[in-house]
Amino acid sequence: MTPLLQVSDISKFYGVRLGCRDVSFDLFPGEVMGIVGESGSGKSTLLGCLAGQLAPDTGEVLFDTRAEGPHDTLTMSEPERRMLARTDWAFVQQHAREGLRMGVSAGGNVGERLMAVGARHYGDIRDQALDWLGRVEISEDRMDDKPTAFSGGMQQRLQIARNLVTGPRLVFMDEPTGGLDVSVQARLLDLLRGLVREMGLSAIIVTHDLAVVRLLADRLMVMKDGHVVETGLTDQVLDDPQHGYTQLLVSSVLQV
Amino acid sequence: MIEIENVSKTFTLHNQGSAVIPVMERANLSVQPGECVALIGASGAGKSTLMRMIYGNYLAASGRIVVGGVDVAQAAPRDILALRRQTLGYVSQFLRVVPRVPTLEVVAEPLLMVGEGREAALERAGELLTRLNIPERLWGLSPTTFSGGEQQRVNIARGFAYAYPALLLDEPTASLDAHNRETVLSLVEEAKANGAAIVGIFHDEAARGRVCDREVNVTAFTPEAA
Repeated sequence: MTPLLQVSDISKFYGVRLGCRDVSFDLFPGEVMGIVGESGSGKSTLLGCLAGQLAPDTGEVLFDTRAEGPHDTLTMSEPERRMLARTDWAFVQQHAREGLRMGVSAGGNVGERLMAVGARHYGDIRDQALDWLGRVEISEDRMDDKPTAFSGGMQQRLQIARNLVTGPRLVFMDEPTGGLDVSVQARLLDLLRGLVREMGLSAIIVTHDLAVVRLLADRLMVMKDGHVVETGLTDQVLDDPQHGYTQLLVSSVLQV
Repeated sequence: MIEIENVSKTFTLHNQGSAVIPVMERANLSVQPGECVALIGASGAGKSTLMRMIYGNYLAASGRIVVGGVDVAQAAPRDILALRRQTLGYVSQFLRVVPRVPTLEVVAEPLLMVGEGREAALERAGELLTRLNIPERLWGLSPTTFSGGEQQRVNIARGFAYAYPALLLDEPTASLDAHNRETVLSLVEEAKANGAAIVGIFHDEAARGRVCDREVNVTAFTPEAA
């Protein structure tokens, strides 16, 4: 099986400061990888490099494109990369406001992604948007409301619907449950898990919440000061951590 | 089905003066299809540790742990996950589930994961829950709200929903009443008759005597105190 994403030796510096260094891994179709680490450990920098939002200083990110097989997304032309970002990729931002068009209705936010990949029939677009709002548990009568009138949790669910409506193969998520209260988090996690399984999505989830990765991720990558210190099966890394930093991280979680 | 050769395990506590604690050495075990092997030994002797290593939950320091042709001690995460989906089941002592998922779904999930049809999976789940005396009115609720005993029975139902060719059982009969204990023992016997290779920890000696073909004392694998 060809990996969906082959990442090798990604390094990114901000001037003399290190963002992340020598990160390599393969992600296979249907796999969900979690990246954990404290603030400033380089996890968001890495995610940005993988998703084509930041230009790394070294390394390669090969994505298995539908048409031509593995392609380096870093050397790809801008229109090609944008096409990928609209079709095969999705990016769920920590702050839903950054991933949504706040001045456009909920239905419009979802429909816009469909139009970007060529859908033109109004009825079809509206039906699909409605179907997706239903899947993320936003009721039909809120379809024409703007996201400004939504709660934080609803905005996050809307952002997920907007991102997944085009049937991407790879989803990047940056702290998808950050800043939400726990009951909303549980609902969102349940939703994400169902969608990942139903659609066979591959995903890379950056978070500092170990409970989130335990539920969602197959594999885990632990980062510290820009370096990857440990990788492995999620439950193995959490239950039998090998690196000192991971041990500290796991033992620091408060028990409820 | 399950072959363990020369397995050792150490824990290194980096944040407690980098203490290295050897907990297991030269562990060997072989379990054939249709056979049930009991791990025995005092509390802390390493029964659960060995079981967790077989499941890939703990990392072996050295040696081979081959389950259905996959060396768990070396395999990539996705191969271990595939093994856990198709070959290797584990009934732990505690139920760990996603909040909000109904009990019936929790039990049916392993079947759905191997591509069983939804209807058949839910039917099998209902059958098991009935046998384990979980009343039908609770099936639509999340087991997170259940009593300890009920959660344990849900956990067992989930573990036996799909006929794994290899199965790990950690105290499946602990704290069950006589009736439910009987059901669990017959589930184990049915799994054996189906050809499952089983490794179990049973503190209940009568249960052990009934379903297990032989005993392995893990104290034999305890490293000698230096």
